[in-house]
Amino acid sequence: MNETRKYVIQLIVVFTAITFLVKLFSIQVLDSRYAQAASSNVIHREVEYPYRGLIYDRNSKLIVYNTPQFDLTVTPKEVRRLDTLRFCELFEISKKELEQLYESMRSKKSFSYVRPNVLIKQLSEKDLASVQDYLVDFPGFDVQARTTRAYTEPVLANALGYVSEVSSRQLERDTLDYYKQGDYIGQSGIEAFYEEQLRGKRGVKFKLKNVRGIDKGSYQGGKFDTLAIPGQNLVTTVDLDLQKYGEYLLKNLSGSIVAIEPESGEILSFVSGPSYDPTKLTGRNYSKNFSEISSDTLKPLFNRPLMAQYRPGSIFKIIQSMVALNEGVINTNTYIPCIMVPMKCHYHGPGETLVGAITNSCNPYFYNVMKRVVNRGVSNDPYEDTRQGMIKWRQYIESFGLGSSLGIDLPNEKGGLVPSVQYYDRAYNNRPWKYSNIYSIAIGEGENLVVPIQMANFAATVANRGYYIIPHLVKSIGDNGRPLPKYQEKHYTDVDPKHFDLAVEAMAEVVNSGTGQYRAKLKDIQVCGKTGTVQNDPLPDHSVFIAFAPKDDPKIAVSVYVEDAGQGARAAASIASLIIEKYLIGHTERPQIEAFVKRGDFIY
Amino acid sequence: MTRVDNISGNLDWLSVLLFFLIALLGWLNIFAAVYDETVYQNIFDLSLNSGRQLIFIGVSILLITTIMVMDFRFYDTFAYVIYGAIIILLIVVLLFGREVAGSRSWFEIGPFRLQPSELAKFATGLAIARYISSSGFRMDRFSGQIMAFAIIFLPAGLIILQGDAGTAIVYSALILVLFREGMSPNLLIIGTFSAVIFILTLLVEEHLYLYLSILSIATVTIFLNRKRIKRIVLIVLGAIVVAGVIRSVDYVISDVLKPHQQNRIKAFINPDSDPLGVGWNVTQSKIAIGSGGPIGKGFLKGTQTKFDFVPAQSTDFIFCTIGEEHGWLGSLVTVGLFVTLILRVIYLAERQKWRFARVYGYVVACIFFFHFAVNIGMTIGLFPVIGIPLPLFSYGGSSFFGFTLLLFILLKLDAHRMQVLVR
Repeated sequence: MNETRKYVIQLIVVFTAITFLVKLFSIQVLDSRYAQAASSNVIHREVEYPYRGLIYDRNSKLIVYNTPQFDLTVTPKEVRRLDTLRFCELFEISKKELEQLYESMRSKKSFSYVRPNVLIKQLSEKDLASVQDYLVDFPGFDVQARTTRAYTEPVLANALGYVSEVSSRQLERDTLDYYKQGDYIGQSGIEAFYEEQLRGKRGVKFKLKNVRGIDKGSYQGGKFDTLAIPGQNLVTTVDLDLQKYGEYLLKNLSGSIVAIEPESGEILSFVSGPSYDPTKLTGRNYSKNFSEISSDTLKPLFNRPLMAQYRPGSIFKIIQSMVALNEGVINTNTYIPCIMVPMKCHYHGPGETLVGAITNSCNPYFYNVMKRVVNRGVSNDPYEDTRQGMIKWRQYIESFGLGSSLGIDLPNEKGGLVPSVQYYDRAYNNRPWKYSNIYSIAIGEGENLVVPIQMANFAATVANRGYYIIPHLVKSIGDNGRPLPKYQEKHYTDVDPKHFDLAVEAMAEVVNSGTGQYRAKLKDIQVCGKTGTVQNDPLPDHSVFIAFAPKDDPKIAVSVYVEDAGQGARAAASIASLIIEKYLIGHTERPQIEAFVKRGDFIY
Repeated sequence: MTRVDNISGNLDWLSVLLFFLIALLGWLNIFAAVYDETVYQNIFDLSLNSGRQLIFIGVSILLITTIMVMDFRFYDTFAYVIYGAIIILLIVVLLFGREVAGSRSWFEIGPFRLQPSELAKFATGLAIARYISSSGFRMDRFSGQIMAFAIIFLPAGLIILQGDAGTAIVYSALILVLFREGMSPNLLIIGTFSAVIFILTLLVEEHLYLYLSILSIATVTIFLNRKRIKRIVLIVLGAIVVAGVIRSVDYVISDVLKPHQQNRIKAFINPDSDPLGVGWNVTQSKIAIGSGGPIGKGFLKGTQTKFDFVPAQSTDFIFCTIGEEHGWLGSLVTVGLFVTLILRVIYLAERQKWRFARVYGYVVACIFFFHFAVNIGMTIGLFPVIGIPLPLFSYGGSSFFGFTLLLFILLKLDAHRMQVLVR
């Protein structure tokens, strides 16, 4: 038995060898395909980078597009007799810079001696034109085309965001392994939020090149090529002209302007001041400009409309009124004398009813109003009574979209703060507290915090008489022409719509005969607004104004914050009304107001 | 008998000659694989793989000398000790080894690197030879077979834990050794049968056809054997088992194998389905080999097209250099050399009176054969890509030492075959 076995094993060996020789014979001698493939052609794999989606304004004007940019690549194996002096002259870099570039290229993990590596990133078309003719003198050097972002106007930088190379940390967190080193990715703003829609899909082309590097066409007629799929285009809600105007007005000032179309929640303008020219964060100078911009003490990269938290100021009084009305603790005729205690007030008469109190921004009035809302006699213990009242009150306020982020389609939205019972417990270290401890929130001071987008959304809510749609910047993604579903839902507040009429009336009075009459009143358009002056000790107050217009069938709601600019009636009211004019009639009829804003002289 | 006679007189010089011939050819080809015509290069240059391979060959001569000088009984006596030491090394490398390309199989001490899994081959050979030749062992007893399998699969399992599935598969070649020593061929038949089913499962996309054909074959055979109940039961059982195998193959492919392994299987089944993705290696390899024609392009002349397009050129795909530069003739010579060596080893094994030496000899033959078959097979697309070296040919110190030890221990044992008392 063992005898046969040893022959079996030897047979297996010989059989395998013969099979190999036969197959080898067929590959080497009989089939000529391989010989041809090897001797003259060699397959190169070229990545086709997809076209990033374009971004338009609401009137189909192009805002962001792609411009070609060229990387200089080098394949070290093919480089012969490099004349470094001439090379440096041609590319206008010093020998030291060339050495640094070479070192950083070599140290990359993807470095290959036999494939193209990027040596100089992002030559402009101008650079390319001047060196292209001479490239043939530098074997091994080639040019790879990419695209980078370009902007038709130097505005909207904060909302658009910027695009740059993916960082190693992002690569680590990329669990789907889509990104490779050298890919571009949206880092902030719309570019980041809609990255998946904008980026498209890489394609790959297989080309035949012979040993001298000369292109011999596509491998197998392009059968294995995949086309790059361009990214989806986005149509934003922004009105580019309005945006330009807003940035012009806010230039040299610090603050924000947010304008919304009330019935749709579409953001017409989104200004953060100070800002920067978005073109600076593209191209070869990205790194230099980025460090300059990010170290600017005025923080142009800080997206104020979303991230700057301020106290709401007197604007809060409108919400307070509506909550009180809905609770039935006051009505339009409720008269409260202005006795200057426990809160101070500017002089406006001995006392007010509701509309007058809003129009003239009476502090003691609202001290009383909130007290009536919060202290309802639900319990005999004033502390417990206040607690219960505060829980209810907070619910109302939150239904206006305050105290948490609204859900705008940009990253890093802050939610502001509406104090809760637990908040006060912690603040007072679990010692008892009641209304007399916390009343400054009645007039929008104290612990309340809002962000400008919430205030604009509030103006829109009043304009709509009782509901809002989450403000958003993109109204159409790709071909389907609709925004994301959550931007099509109406959110109603806890206040009955009938009480909003009063708020509208009061806001109209503010503009007609109240604090807004000097700078926010327009000739043929009924503007509704409210000034706010946010304390900012020891610096000057922040100037705040919210508005919507026209009163009936409103088309635009706006919130303006100007830091360190004094009373709301000055800087903010002017800017808000100018924005309204620009949007509704295309220009301003009060050039003196525009000049006032540009002069910037608000504290006097 | 003089001492000299004792060592060298009975040594099988044919094997020694084959060893050095193959090593020499290997060395020259490694140089050809790394050759760059634009730079002046010296074959002895230590920074090149070829220079380093020469060092490995030199060191192995030291190894050979040591083996020759040591008493031949050392190997039998210390078989288990050596085996145990290697197992410990395999465990230690799991903890302290350096991770390279997803597998933790190397020790790195300064400029030196050591791969214990290459050394484990001869150690396992010694251990299995010792075990099978021990008194009281009977191949037809179940306990004997189990122990034999355990000896083989312990190192294999540890190597799989390292992440180096390719090297672990080599150990399956030792089943042939057991077969020679009397193990029933059923296992082999079942094994081959399973492999066939496996391949069929992969080739035939629609498994329904497979199930239907099993059903029809089973029905026919039952009909033919309708008088024998026992046979019918066996057939039914067999059909169920086969169906189960098909099902589990599916499962293994999709859920157990890692994606790159799945891709290799797919590329193996049909390399032309994705010549630029997973089939890239094999496509490039075939192009390189195929371009050699009948007599090749000449020594050092194959560099222009194949550089960097065939990966692992001086290690796993070293055969491409022969195919391209020396054509079919070169392939013939190389295949011939290996087959001669393997058959000679079998011949040596058969002439041993001592069972220990015979079993060990077959281990050497099977391991060499497996490497030879899989490595060359992979370069011409007859086997999925598994990263194992061509013995004595591929660049690499640990593997060269491993094969040297494998072969020369056998030669030493063979040289003393007349001195063994048959037990």
